[in-house]
Amino acid sequence: MRPQVTVPVRRRAGQRRRAERPMVPDAEFTSYYGRPVIKEPVWRVPDVPGYLFLGGLAGASSVLAAGSHLSGYRELARVAKVGALGAISLSAVALVHDLGRPGRFGNMLRVFKPSSPMSVGSWLLAGYGPVAGAAAVSEVTGILPAAGTAATLGAGLLGPAIATYTAALICDTALPAWHAGYREMPYVFAGSAASAAGGLGLLATRPADARPARDLAVFGAAVELIAKRQLVDRLARTEGQNLAEPYETGTTGAILRLAEILTAGALAGAVLGRRSRAVSALAGASLVAASAMTRFGIFEAGMASARNPKYTIVPQRRRS
Amino acid sequence: MSISVDPAARAGHLGHPPRVGFFTDTSVCIGCKACEVACKEWNAVPEDGLSLSGMSYDNTVGLGASTWRHVAFIEQPADPARGVRWLMSSDVCKHCTEAACLDVCPTGALFRTEFGTVVVQDDVCNGCGYCVPACPFGVIARREEDGQAHKCTLCYDRLGAGLEPACAKACPTKSIQFGPLDELRERARLRVGELHAAGQDQARLYLDDTADGIGGGGAFFLLLDEPEVYGLPPDPVVATRDLPGMWKHVAIAAAGLAATAVALGLGRRR
Repeated sequence: MRPQVTVPVRRRAGQRRRAERPMVPDAEFTSYYGRPVIKEPVWRVPDVPGYLFLGGLAGASSVLAAGSHLSGYRELARVAKVGALGAISLSAVALVHDLGRPGRFGNMLRVFKPSSPMSVGSWLLAGYGPVAGAAAVSEVTGILPAAGTAATLGAGLLGPAIATYTAALICDTALPAWHAGYREMPYVFAGSAASAAGGLGLLATRPADARPARDLAVFGAAVELIAKRQLVDRLARTEGQNLAEPYETGTTGAILRLAEILTAGALAGAVLGRRSRAVSALAGASLVAASAMTRFGIFEAGMASARNPKYTIVPQRRRS
Repeated sequence: MSISVDPAARAGHLGHPPRVGFFTDTSVCIGCKACEVACKEWNAVPEDGLSLSGMSYDNTVGLGASTWRHVAFIEQPADPARGVRWLMSSDVCKHCTEAACLDVCPTGALFRTEFGTVVVQDDVCNGCGYCVPACPFGVIARREEDGQAHKCTLCYDRLGAGLEPACAKACPTKSIQFGPLDELRERARLRVGELHAAGQDQARLYLDDTADGIGGGGAFFLLLDEPEVYGLPPDPVVATRDLPGMWKHVAIAAAGLAATAVALGLGRRR
């Protein structure tokens, strides 16, 4: 049994370390029997990646609901409000289910800690959930329309925070593929959320009633594609170790590439097929599916970066 | 984020006792695992590693929810004349000055004690698991049986009674030293000097520097090789240092999304 696992790592010529072998282009990194340095989250699939998707769908749907409510697209507003309530209700179930002690979920509101994105998120959800619920119930039942409008606007204000805070939640960890992408992740999440919410609107309303959904979907999909490309580019430039690898290789890489193709295709379909109910619906469904796949892919990429010690050790070794 | 070297005061403990910690001098560790056993006995930590791992004499493989002291064994091929170099090191929670687990805990279950240590309150933790990926050392973990996060408490109950932690008490070679952190740092510097004078050029202190990425460890180490050889990260930085930047980008992204709602609302139905 070899005492330590050493793996060759590409190292630039002239780099410090192993001064006795200055001309060797490939150097090695050492680990303790190849064991990970950090622990991967105990968060379960589909609970947590599902929440990243559903929270985004809910938050951006509330944005769409507020916009279409104000501009008179009542049919679309109804779809978006009901969609937001449905998605956030499923989110809550997934989050409680993922706790090690589900009966203690109330402890989430025991304190408020700005240093914990999960604490901030819990308070956001506690505020957003009832407001989004009130907006949907008033819409469907016709009860208290003025309060319903207020709730719609309130949910529209809180929705963007719900859709994006999860980026800080996953990036505020020691997982290299998440943490190193903290500058781009919120835009990826905002774009992915907007494209999912727009997609749901396209799927569930006639094209003539869906203009705001189409606008949101196109805008969101474009932001998501650009931001994700920038995220991967930054990670690929990490000194000493390509941190984009977990996003580009294996099943996760295939899922993320497929999501990108679906998003780009749906983007074209949403614009070119805007008079066709079938094309619009297909584009909408593709955007919802692509958003979910993107979140699952990002989740898995982070996990993979925890499992292999090279992602933790090599960048740290380079800067130390 | 401001860095204070007095975490207990920062947490609101006024007139607190001096900050205590561990200095683990791996140069005298003999790999007896008395620390692992004493820790389990005192803290009633369940068994989790009696099998053979194939990793030298290491049975517990790494720190976890039910392993709060972990002895690492590293067999290095040295020069032919001296044979194999066998490194042993007892790892433990670092009780970071800037502790990521504590920062991200949403329930307040993790807290800073008056001794400057970091402890989980079993009756508060709801098992959200956020502390697990936050820790840059992979120390804290969630136990299957009770669904809650667990790690070294630096024997908080014993400290309150004026006793030293069980592992330090049990260590037969004084590889694990307990005491006020300032005193331990001083002692560690002298020890490194001794080892260097004796020709042990590889001896170095790890996490003793308050200017490092965690503000210095409440538990720090004297190592005889690079940290990663022992399974330790070479230059850990607490993720929360970047949190202001994260919130900034979240705020911009959220504002962009909210502006979209306004834009959608302005375009009246044609």
